[in-house]
Amino acid sequence: MGNPIVFLILAGVAIVAAIMMVTSRNAVYSALWLVLNFSAIAIFYLLLNAPFIAMVQITVYAGAIMVLFLFVIMLLGAEQLRGVTAAIGGERWQQVLAVFSGLLLLGTMGILVFQGMGDGGDTAVTINSSPAALGVRLFEVYTFPFELTGILLLAAMIGVAIFSFKKKKKEES
Amino acid sequence: MTTSQIALWGLVVGFIITLIMVTGFAYTTLFERKLLARLQVRFGPNRVGYIPIPSRKGKERKLLGGFMQPAADAVKLFMKEDMTPAKVDRVVYFIAPMMAVFTAIAILAVIPWAGKLPGLPAQYEYFAIAPGINVGVLYVLAITSLGVYGIVLAGWASNNKYAVLGGIRATAQMISYELAMGLTILVPIMLADSMDMGQIVAGQKGMWYIFLQPIAAIVFWIVIMAELQRAPFDMSEAEQELSAGFSVEYGSMRFGMFFMAEYMKMIIFSAIFAVFFLGGYRGPFVDQFPVLGLVYTTLKIIFGLFLMIWIRASLPRLRYDQLMAFGWKRLLPISVINFIVVGVAIVLVEEGVFDSLIRSIQQAIPFLG
Repeated sequence: MGNPIVFLILAGVAIVAAIMMVTSRNAVYSALWLVLNFSAIAIFYLLLNAPFIAMVQITVYAGAIMVLFLFVIMLLGAEQLRGVTAAIGGERWQQVLAVFSGLLLLGTMGILVFQGMGDGGDTAVTINSSPAALGVRLFEVYTFPFELTGILLLAAMIGVAIFSFKKKKKEES
Repeated sequence: MTTSQIALWGLVVGFIITLIMVTGFAYTTLFERKLLARLQVRFGPNRVGYIPIPSRKGKERKLLGGFMQPAADAVKLFMKEDMTPAKVDRVVYFIAPMMAVFTAIAILAVIPWAGKLPGLPAQYEYFAIAPGINVGVLYVLAITSLGVYGIVLAGWASNNKYAVLGGIRATAQMISYELAMGLTILVPIMLADSMDMGQIVAGQKGMWYIFLQPIAAIVFWIVIMAELQRAPFDMSEAEQELSAGFSVEYGSMRFGMFFMAEYMKMIIFSAIFAVFFLGGYRGPFVDQFPVLGLVYTTLKIIFGLFLMIWIRASLPRLRYDQLMAFGWKRLLPISVINFIVVGVAIVLVEEGVFDSLIRSIQQAIPFLG
């Protein structure tokens, strides 16, 4: 797991960024904190000897997806929460459900962490995580799930195209 | 070498290369101004700093007129009042130029500058800040995609409609062209069978990829120009529509930092183009004298810069919809088809389908071997 000091600093950055992301009043700030969080997680992957995943994390999440988020926020002018603050709290049952599912997640995580303690701590070091090895695994062992993911993304893309073309036709007629 | 020694090497070499880059940036501005002026039949900056040489026939003669111009520009930018417009988002306004410069400098880490120089640590195959990274190309892509933030945040934080529009235009353009960029970068990766920048250079021994793959090289070059916001793709700085675009509210050295990021990226992407398609530091006799690698890299970078400035001086700007249509309807399909063709061709060559053809070509042109 690399240097424990590096790990602790990064963990601090990631947690603070995540909390700030949720609590920021300004949506652009939220997006920026999320970028910081993603970058910290990318460095976690580097510490775990997974450089490929780390770079993909930065390119796809910090680079592409968050830029699109920023884009939408800026185009809609939705930086500030105006007049919707009351609604943000949500219904009573939603609050209860949120707290309950949060605790459930935390509990599951705790059990997994305690079960995992003492064994398999160094497995990351022994795995060959070079891009070539990753590609071989992806295309030989996990071919089917990989192709399924591709079809899922294609479906999403076609859906977007259908929606935008429908709108265009309506505007013309 | 231990981890701390590797880190120390990275710090020292990185510091030196960054300093060279900053000087290089200053002189790239002068190079651009001089060359643009020459292409437009002007003189360009020729007053600040010269080497006086003895006069002949009563005529005063000067050498290298204007070579101190970048220093004068820097002094001017630093002496200007650094003012922050009212109602800007202060934090983001300060961070945006830093993001721009950070992404420009960070790419430097993986670029190979020369081969196995004498005095290089034994396990380093080539001279770079961080050699031997097996995801080097992905690192370039990752940092490039972060480069968008500097521009989009500058536009948003300025609290100015023109700046926001400029920033959004620039971002849309960069995102659109990044797709074609990723696909064309795959071609040298497939040819070299590696994502390590040094391996890609080593794979071009005897045959530069620009000759194997001219289409990919041309598409990559166009994409670079778009990614850098250079003319004819300088949509974000349209004086007529948007005044100065995303940087309109920035002054003094804060504006200088955007300027710096742009010109440093010009140098860096010239270097990357050289690495992918022009054989990087390779050239005649580079195996016998590794120091020549530095010379070849520099020459190839200067060639790239020359090409960029030449194109800027020659071509009119695109309209914004033409730019988007060009990126999505021309470059992207071309690079997808090219990528598939290259993939199939590599497999066929490995299977030995073209063996006799290659042998006959090799016999015809012996020096290609």
